[in-house]
Amino acid sequence: MSGDKILSVDQLTMRFGGIVAVQDLSFSAERKKITALIGPNGAGKTTVFNCITGFYKPSGGSIRLAHDDGKIIALERLNDFRIAKQAKVARTFQNIRLFPGMTALENLMVAQHNALMRASGLTFLGLIGAPGYRDAEKRAIDLATDWLRRVNLLDRADDAAGNFAYGDQRRLEIARAMCTEPALLCLDEPAAGLNARESAALSELLLSIRNELGTSILLIEHDMSVVMEISDHIVVMDHGVKIAQGTPRQVRDDPKVIAAYLGADEEEAVAVMEGGS
Amino acid sequence: MDYFAQQLINGLVLGSIYGLIAIGYTMVYGIVGMINFAHGDVFMIGGFIALITFLILISLGLTAIPVILLVVLLVAMAITALYGWTIERIAYRPLRHSFRLAPMLSAIGMSFVLTNYSQVAQGARVKPIPPFITGGYTLHESADGFVIQLSNIQIMVVITTIVLLAIFTWLVSRTRLGRDMRACEQDQTMAALLGVDVDRTISMTFVIGAALAAVAGFMYLLYYGLVDFFMGFVAGIKAFTAAVLGGIGSLPGAMLGGLAIGLIETFWSAYFSVEYKDVAAFSILIVVLIFMPTGLLGRPEVEKV
Amino acid sequence: MTPIPHKTTHASRTAGLTYILKKSLLSALVALVLFSLMVGVRTEAGSDGQLTYWTRFGEVAALVAGVFGGSIVIELLRQWIGPAGAEKLVPPAVQSGMSFVGRYLAPALLIFTLLVPVIFYNQRYILDLAILVLTYVMLGWGLNVVVGLAGLLDLGYVAFYAVGAYSYALLATNFGWSFWVCLPLAGILAAFWGVLLGFPVLRLRGDYLAIVTLAFGEIIRLVIINWQSLTGGPNGVPGIPRPSFFGIPLDNSDDGLAAKLGIEYSPTHRIVFLFYLILALALLTNWVTIRLRRLPIGRAWEALREDEVACRALGINTTTTKLTAFATGAMFGGFAGAFFATRQGFISPESFTFQESALVLAIVVLGGMGSQLGVALAALAMIGGFELFRGLETYRMLVFGMAMVLIMIWRPRGLIGHRAPTVYLTKAQAISSDLVKEGHG
Repeated sequence: MSGDKILSVDQLTMRFGGIVAVQDLSFSAERKKITALIGPNGAGKTTVFNCITGFYKPSGGSIRLAHDDGKIIALERLNDFRIAKQAKVARTFQNIRLFPGMTALENLMVAQHNALMRASGLTFLGLIGAPGYRDAEKRAIDLATDWLRRVNLLDRADDAAGNFAYGDQRRLEIARAMCTEPALLCLDEPAAGLNARESAALSELLLSIRNELGTSILLIEHDMSVVMEISDHIVVMDHGVKIAQGTPRQVRDDPKVIAAYLGADEEEAVAVMEGGS
Repeated sequence: MDYFAQQLINGLVLGSIYGLIAIGYTMVYGIVGMINFAHGDVFMIGGFIALITFLILISLGLTAIPVILLVVLLVAMAITALYGWTIERIAYRPLRHSFRLAPMLSAIGMSFVLTNYSQVAQGARVKPIPPFITGGYTLHESADGFVIQLSNIQIMVVITTIVLLAIFTWLVSRTRLGRDMRACEQDQTMAALLGVDVDRTISMTFVIGAALAAVAGFMYLLYYGLVDFFMGFVAGIKAFTAAVLGGIGSLPGAMLGGLAIGLIETFWSAYFSVEYKDVAAFSILIVVLIFMPTGLLGRPEVEKV
Repeated sequence: MTPIPHKTTHASRTAGLTYILKKSLLSALVALVLFSLMVGVRTEAGSDGQLTYWTRFGEVAALVAGVFGGSIVIELLRQWIGPAGAEKLVPPAVQSGMSFVGRYLAPALLIFTLLVPVIFYNQRYILDLAILVLTYVMLGWGLNVVVGLAGLLDLGYVAFYAVGAYSYALLATNFGWSFWVCLPLAGILAAFWGVLLGFPVLRLRGDYLAIVTLAFGEIIRLVIINWQSLTGGPNGVPGIPRPSFFGIPLDNSDDGLAAKLGIEYSPTHRIVFLFYLILALALLTNWVTIRLRRLPIGRAWEALREDEVACRALGINTTTTKLTAFATGAMFGGFAGAFFATRQGFISPESFTFQESALVLAIVVLGGMGSQLGVALAALAMIGGFELFRGLETYRMLVFGMAMVLIMIWRPRGLIGHRAPTVYLTKAQAISSDLVKEGHG
């Protein structure tokens, strides 16, 4: 598969005590493309995610992120916040983690914390009201406003995030992640709990992020309609190992994948497929 | 060497007292996830009640020592258990589904209430009693005249602790109540759905913890010969340190931690300095919580993202 | 929907009465057992060291009767108000009226405070009380940064107060440095200790963080008591110099301020000066906090309180964020401590007990939601309430403890029920306290 790889996962292993959650997993995600990580429950997808985004320290293997300028960063060695800050990897969470007591605008401003801290001279310039900081703050508000408009939440910019409907909260979380201006956006089940209309809007949003901004996306998802529609590349996991990968069409027709999801074994799946579906 | 042995005995006895208090902390933390700040003061109340009962019995003319001890023990346990129950009903149960901060601040408030209640009710002065159980055994006499002694009180403390621990372990592992407690510790909602009376189980946890603290108070009274209204604060922190050291949520851990803290305190006072012994205890708390938060026998927790 | 027939209502009400009586009787019985020995039998060590006692059954009876009556009243109130609780007792119209008042309350309060020395010029007692209240307002605002904004439960705030006080006291009595030189030093030293104490506790959550900070506070107090050569031990540090008006002493000497201004000297001058000094310090604390809230660091503190994991996922260094919160709060505590030392002229470890930490924490929690106005009002209520108990010190702490329990049950999020956002596009809408997290839980 040709193409510039932004994320290279090599022989990733994660052990919790005696349990091996992920075993020698290797896959890559292409730059400016959408890669989906799918598989039945308990396959280890969120574990992989947590390793990539710095919430777990891998037991073995490597995770390399290649930036546009050619710089390669070893993610398995970075600690939590540095992955977002230095490696420019942003993520959303399975159980939405917004700041419920803060407004939508404030949520998006917090996302731009590092840039604003630099502009405020580690707070001191900001404290004395230096113009440099005021300009930076204005730019930050503009970026936040831009994203709120993109996700159709501009009219609710001053509402508390905790008051938003579920679907709106999901979109807000994505907007917040994008405000960190990441190179790689990792989404943990972004379509969970969304109805058909909301899922379609989500697909549209993710496609526009890829097409207009060129951000690479890695997502875990169970909703096959979203996966099939937007993914450029799919990696399938089961029981901690990769069992298939390829384009959506390839993966959809792969008997191993069907077997994994049905809980049957491969021969039965092939039999069912050949017997006519 | 003989000095060491004597400190060893003293430390174990002090540790038994701390251990009994620590069990109350660890049980409550295990089942409702809160540090019962008022528990040390419950220990203090137990000591006071033991003192008062004592005085009454003696002035009534009773002389049979075993009878007096038994009556004081039972009365102290019963009334202090009621204090524990009342505190839970008034200050903690209404806040069970409230924010995390609320039960803790309520507990701090309750701690102030108990401390000052006993100060108002009984006066601020320390209350001494004459040594009630005297005598002991000389274990060893060294060449330079140092004597290792094991007093009768010390024997009594250790035996009472062992007996109570045995009863209590049986209670937790063999009875219905114990099973309910363990169920509530794991998953309150599920336990409730399965028919466990969660309110009652939690109440009983506080009651048992308070009863054990009362025993500790009673033995403290016998051992040191005095009670004062402020003894709950420091003893409480030390006992909580013991609970954390042993692994919060683990009962054998609480006792183990108690013995450890008792030994550390005794040896520190004996070999280093008496004035800073409390600093030593507090420092241990900090060190344990930072480097070994699950303690010696506790279960490690993984943060769920 | 069929209406409820009258008969059922009447029956439920009398059943209610029996229920209330039974419950009150039970409460009275419990009270009887609880108070029988502790209150009923009063022990005292006699002159010969022997312990004697006398009975006070009358008082037990009074208490039990009180519990019985009180229980009936509470049950009746509970039935009348309904399960909704006291918060819903205030109808929405009144609530919006209250927020209207709120907008003007802060400026009005400020103007009044500025005029206090003018209004109460000759009432030394009121001025002293006002200085005390302002000291606690400042402490509350300082701790508010740690607890209210960053959501870090600090039960040992008194340690920084002590560091500030002892820094100034020792520097002034040993080296003769002036208050104005020592004030920033006190703040810096306290901030330094804030970082030092903050470092080890970074990974701790909720209750554990609380008790470790409590332990730190106690350790500092014990060290102060025992390190006699440095701190004077339990005897404290006497003879701390009073502040001067920027170098001009405030006494009745010839180069005193009174002489310079050509007015008659009065000891009230110093009190008034101290009043404006603490007011200035407190207002500085307030101004810095409000500005910091609108800067990235302040927002990061509040985000930390809301969801620490999300902060990390956004690239925020939660370690430095927590440390800055500790350091900033500690610095203000240090300033307050230096002021305390110069006001009293004498400090001892007795002023820096856990009770002080608990009091300041209670003020912050009662104030609610990191709100500056709330903390100020709470300090006024608490310290003012304390003053009513002058002479009844033990009862004071007893009532304080009960008040803490009651406040937690009735209004655990504090007086001010909402949070004001720090940035908005069109309109600043107050965020209800139901949504705001309390942090670290």
